[in-house]
Amino acid sequence: MAIDAIVIENLIKEAFPDAEVKVDGADGVHMSAIVASSQFAGKSMIAQHRMVFAALKGKMDGPNGELHALALTTKVKDV
Amino acid sequence: MSDTAQATIKETITDNDVVLFMKGTSSMPQCGFSSRIAGVLNFLNISWLDINVLDDENIRQGIKDFSDWPTIPQMYVKGEFVGGCDIITDMMLSGELDTLFETNDIKFDKAAADKVRQANS
Repeated sequence: MAIDAIVIENLIKEAFPDAEVKVDGADGVHMSAIVASSQFAGKSMIAQHRMVFAALKGKMDGPNGELHALALTTKVKDV
Repeated sequence: MSDTAQATIKETITDNDVVLFMKGTSSMPQCGFSSRIAGVLNFLNISWLDINVLDDENIRQGIKDFSDWPTIPQMYVKGEFVGGCDIITDMMLSGELDTLFETNDIKFDKAAADKVRQANS
């Protein structure tokens, strides 16, 4: 099962309306994403990554998850 | 969710200072992300325990439930979840990983850590 980069990008943007999002990965299974949002301010890196995982709504869950790996970089965006 | 798996995980991370739940083993990682973190731990000459999640489906799913974190590898220090591949890599390069090991009294090769940072600067 694979997933389009645009699907990931849209899910992230839905949860982080102010975010600058860049998703890469040709195979649709091993993807990378860079997310910059003001919502990350004051949060630990683990908390920031958890917020993005939550936005993906189960796409990464378990053996049936469409997305095997997402190399994630989160940044705090200045407002 | 298997309660046995949760108990096993809890016991493993309590009894061992540094544990990496990974795909494959320390000497033979079977995933690039697991390989990267195993490589860092070995290069820093840290005494750590490798748990191959591919050996046990209950642990493979159990560790994700345990930490509420969707991916593997996952590193634990003194019973606490530290992070996955991206976070450990970032901490390695920023020096936060050194601080974490120092705070927890875990022996590591500081010169090797500096070398990694020089090579990636």
